Amino acid sequence: MNTNSISGRLFKSSLAQWGIISLAAICVLPLFFILYYIIASGIKVIDWSFLTHLPKPVGETGGGIANAITGTLIIVIVASVMAVPFGVLSGFFLYEYKNNRLSRWAGVCVDALHGIPSIVIGIVAYFWLVKPMGGFSGISGSLALAVMMLPVVIRSTEETLNSLPPNLREAAMGLGMPLHKIMSRVLLPCGFGGIISGALLAVARVAGETAPLLFTAFGNPFMNADMSQPMQTLPLLIFNYAMSPYTSWQELAWGAAFILLSLVLLLNLITKIITHKWKIQL
Amino acid sequence: MENTTVSAVKYNAWFGDNHVVKNVSMDMPGNSVIAIMGPSGCGKTTFLRGINRMHELIPGAAADGQILLNHEDILAMHPIIVRRKIGMVFQRPNPFPNLSIYDNVIAGYKLNGIKLHKTEKERIVEESLAKVALWDEVKDNLNKKGNFLSGGQQQRLCIARAVAMQPDVLLFDEPTSALDPISTATVEGLFSELKKNYTLVIVTHNMQQAARVSDKTAFFFSGELVEYGDTEQVFTNPFDKRTQQYITGRFS
Repeated sequence: MNTNSISGRLFKSSLAQWGIISLAAICVLPLFFILYYIIASGIKVIDWSFLTHLPKPVGETGGGIANAITGTLIIVIVASVMAVPFGVLSGFFLYEYKNNRLSRWAGVCVDALHGIPSIVIGIVAYFWLVKPMGGFSGISGSLALAVMMLPVVIRSTEETLNSLPPNLREAAMGLGMPLHKIMSRVLLPCGFGGIISGALLAVARVAGETAPLLFTAFGNPFMNADMSQPMQTLPLLIFNYAMSPYTSWQELAWGAAFILLSLVLLLNLITKIITHKWKIQL
Repeated sequence: MENTTVSAVKYNAWFGDNHVVKNVSMDMPGNSVIAIMGPSGCGKTTFLRGINRMHELIPGAAADGQILLNHEDILAMHPIIVRRKIGMVFQRPNPFPNLSIYDNVIAGYKLNGIKLHKTEKERIVEESLAKVALWDEVKDNLNKKGNFLSGGQQQRLCIARAVAMQPDVLLFDEPTSALDPISTATVEGLFSELKKNYTLVIVTHNMQQAARVSDKTAFFFSGELVEYGDTEQVFTNPFDKRTQQYITGRFS
């Protein structure tokens, strides 16, 4: 066949192809610059003592971010423990009762919650938790982050369940399974990969949140694992130390940024692995 | 096995304002194969799903009248009990993708949390798979996932899963419409074997299939039961003109 007759179309096709590739490259470039900058500035301060020591006062060299790493881990884990079970169950509710007035309103609220700026959640947490409790605390930080995680977990659970084939439900119904068994023994195991990866993405999202923690966990230059007291976290440490006029503190912030970035990337990697491992051929 | 009978008495079903099954009364004798045929949208699947109370799961669905299982009205029973007595096989094979072949067979026990002794489990698995002529094909792969099998094997696995619950009645909703001809023949071949122990009700839009496998045939047309009788009579000497038009291919 003569290709002249379709040369116009071939040209448009390759134009579209290159258009897509170059636009994608433009999107990815800034990401690479950010990664490069953080790695280049952060990696030189990273060593074992950076991970295991506390920040030193101004004027002394060295020091680490052990308190921020501990604080971030504790606050984020506690937030997940609070948000994931509620989020998954709410996701099941939205999936199961699609035509229910309550679920429609709940869906609207979830989307609204998703759209609330994190600083607003921080202020609300400050007035509802920090003030009544009489002071900044790690637990109020966890609660603020849990509220931020909820919409992500709910929606990803619901989406995962919606993507399961409806005949799976029918199979279970036909065997005389009650609703709670269908949820726990069929839908949950079949959607497990998707639900867990949604939860991990929510964790990755809040691990780097600063704004809600400014009003709640507040920050703490010392090691503290007591959740009723102010706690240091990586984003807070970066925020406070990067704005300080001292070079040694700024370096500490770069190192912390590098660690935070690594944590988030690691979480994303684990998510990918879990989605892959738990992929059930439907 | 006792002679289990199913009877519909003035059964009606609706989707919202849409009256899909109209005043259907029919007796389905035990240990026989009853085929329900009719054109698309005639209410045959809705009627079948009414028999094990799956119809009412659809939002806006309603039903009245009676469905009697051994003279007991299933509409007065709890749907979960009904569905354990009346098993169902669906149009598309739907083994649980997260379970092995072995666990799929005993899914009705396992997923409902009914504890069984290991020897009991093994007996049920082997017997059920043997009844659907699948045992020899899968006995070395029992630990593989259910969807490792071909479509026809998956459908037989789903029949085995329904059989394992020792129901009284088995409902088939166009069980071969997603299968190739050879798998279809295998599944059809099971019916004469299965009817020794169960009452089988099969919805099909394939007239030849109804003629091949059933003892009695019902013809549904726009929600009404137009004709119901012995298969031979329905196909050779139908009473109703519409039945005759349908089986001679005047409409489908």
